[in-house]
Amino acid sequence: MNATATDTHEQHDSHAPGLSDATAIKIALILAAMTALEVSTYYVDFGAFFMPVLMVLMVVKFFTVVSYFMHLKFEHQMFKLLFYTGLGLALFVYFVALATFKFFS
Amino acid sequence: MDDVAVLANHDTGHDTGHGHSTSTGLSNNKMAMWLFLGSECLLFGGLISTYMLYRGRITQGPRPSQIFDIPFTSVSSFVLLMSSLTMVLAVTSAQRKDNERTKLWLTITALLGATFVGGQVYEFTAFYNEGLGFTTNLFSSSFYTLTGFHGVHVTIGVIMLLSLRGVISANKDTGDRAEVVELIGLYWHFVDIVWIIIFTLVYLIPA
Repeated sequence: MNATATDTHEQHDSHAPGLSDATAIKIALILAAMTALEVSTYYVDFGAFFMPVLMVLMVVKFFTVVSYFMHLKFEHQMFKLLFYTGLGLALFVYFVALATFKFFS
Repeated sequence: MDDVAVLANHDTGHDTGHGHSTSTGLSNNKMAMWLFLGSECLLFGGLISTYMLYRGRITQGPRPSQIFDIPFTSVSSFVLLMSSLTMVLAVTSAQRKDNERTKLWLTITALLGATFVGGQVYEFTAFYNEGLGFTTNLFSSSFYTLTGFHGVHVTIGVIMLLSLRGVISANKDTGDRAEVVELIGLYWHFVDIVWIIIFTLVYLIPA
């Protein structure tokens, strides 16, 4: 039973396995590089890739910060549910509103 | 004796490791923060979609391409991004119970946040002087509302960071200090991810 008690404690310890400082710095450098690439689209003509590049970079940066800096990737499912439900609803409202006003046509 | 302890734990809820039990076994504070951030997604989702609808509605006044200063805003974005790193370092310091480094990183994060807000105030002033007021057209109204709401969020974050630093200095905080730093960190990272979207959709993609 001792082991069970310990497991229970570890499972629910809200100080989830965080990042080491070195890993956090590496991730920040990657994010900075992605930001630099985003800004470069202002100066360099990416042609047809302009919009896809910006969208992909935006989404990757978003989920990198959420997953690692907010360490949601390592958190309990309940926290993921709460946040991603809000995010999903926001996206739903966003697309419905834009579709209603014929933004896509 | 251990059996009794575990049974009691099941009856009253789980110990979250913060000196109190909850029925879910998870920290209520942390759950409330994630719920709050989920609801904030809806707030900013509404503001961003409003901006996207009105971004081309420019009947008078300067166009965004005439007044946006991309290099300046890029530096502001970089500053806010780096403040997320310093916030992570504050959280890890708090988890190591290193109060001095926690205070240092909280202060640096607040300063970076204040720099971002200062940049936004400068930018708004420049836009206004160029003839883009809040009521100039639908684009300007939605632009100032979206970026202004974000700026207010950053400002509140700076106030929270400085307040937390003061509380830690005075050693007047109750409960789990590392968790409090982590919760404020979650809020701070959230304002960063909102800016990641705003920077792309508002500044980099021309209207």
